[in-house]
Amino acid sequence: MSARRAAPRVVAVTGMNATDNPAPGVGVLRSLREGAQPGERHVGLAYDALDPGIYARELVEDVFLLPYPSSSLDVYLERLAYVHERVGLDVIIPTLDAELPAFIAAEPKLRAMGIGTFLPTREQLDLRSKANLGDLGRRAGLDVPAAAVVTSVQELARVHERIAYPFWVKGVFYGAKLVTCLDEAISAFHKVVAQWGVPVIVQASVAGEELNVIGLGDGEGGLWGAVPMKKLMITDKGKGWAGITIRDPALLAVAERFVQVTRWRGPFEVEVIRDRAGRYQLLEINPRLPAWVHLATAAGVNLPRAIAALATGGKPAPVRDYQVGTMFVRISIDQIASLEDLERIVTAGEIRRGEPADSRPLAATEARTEVHAA
Amino acid sequence: MSSTPQLANLAVSETGFVFDPSTGATFTVNATGLVVLRALRDGASLTRIVEQLSEGFAEASRSARDEVLDFVQLLRGHGLLGADFEVTS
Repeated sequence: MSARRAAPRVVAVTGMNATDNPAPGVGVLRSLREGAQPGERHVGLAYDALDPGIYARELVEDVFLLPYPSSSLDVYLERLAYVHERVGLDVIIPTLDAELPAFIAAEPKLRAMGIGTFLPTREQLDLRSKANLGDLGRRAGLDVPAAAVVTSVQELARVHERIAYPFWVKGVFYGAKLVTCLDEAISAFHKVVAQWGVPVIVQASVAGEELNVIGLGDGEGGLWGAVPMKKLMITDKGKGWAGITIRDPALLAVAERFVQVTRWRGPFEVEVIRDRAGRYQLLEINPRLPAWVHLATAAGVNLPRAIAALATGGKPAPVRDYQVGTMFVRISIDQIASLEDLERIVTAGEIRRGEPADSRPLAATEARTEVHAA
Repeated sequence: MSSTPQLANLAVSETGFVFDPSTGATFTVNATGLVVLRALRDGASLTRIVEQLSEGFAEASRSARDEVLDFVQLLRGHGLLGADFEVTS
């Protein structure tokens, strides 16, 4: 195993998509930029040549395309080994639900290569899955809306006997549709199955205020840091387009209880509804940073930097204070991209934008350029 | 009369912009609303609030008392005052 450095120099981040349903990668990179040491490099790991984060030159020096982890873990690992050979990765911060099982499975091999991660175990990952949320709620003493796991239209047709309309039809990873009748439920069921497969989760709709908490568990039952947020504007896809940090000790207690019971290791996002009686109903726990991660950084809690430090054996002191009233409003801009970048990512599957002075020799980059030019 | 913790925690700017840090909700109040809000937060009585309005605003109406009570009801509706809150006479 390679020796670990307490201060990572090359940090890779996945989730470079940044459309109206953005992945967290760009927010994570913006957070990593804050407080970065001289010579530190940030690498984007993307799945599509037009992922907007690829072209954010101020955020990433290098970008590599990856195959989908669902295709083959061996092929996925081979590609990561290639990236490592090219740029010498110290840390990878995966940000997408669908790739977490692969990264968790690959964690020992990555560690042997000298690449640090800070992820939950597979057991922890399964504990908070939508299908197991009810059990987790019982264990942690947290309220969870009534839910059912269904795998067929026949089961779906009878679920209203237990859960009254309207209810949510949710995919195992992403996607949620509020339905008011069986026709809508069947349509939503087929859409979810086509995209994410079975099982499908049916969850009771609870009236109230939707609140979110971003946090980081230290793996020993402690909370490294957490910031609660209220969405101020929601898109038609149900994604927060504006939000503000709030002071809510009871909501933070929900996050504390979650990490205490599961001994959660890594980042997470808790989604709750504060119902009219003031109770917190646990809707979902996402096992990763959310796209609004940079809001927490702006409020004083830089979780990506803490993850990078923890992944390389560092012990950053927990940060519990944050600025209440810090606000974000997302913006859509026409990012001007370089045609040369597009050419490189399409033809070579990678972009390298120069080496810092104290990094590896340029030979590898030059060799690749020659091959590409040929 | 007693104030409520919710009211005490509000961030109130000179411009009448009000931020509730526990819910993330924001409100705007006009100049008279600002006087009433601050007075309620300080625990002032209804009589004192009406006096303050009369002192600060030449055009304060004769129905100021009722308007303050309406305003209190509005604050209750937004969850900024508890349902059991009563302003003393």
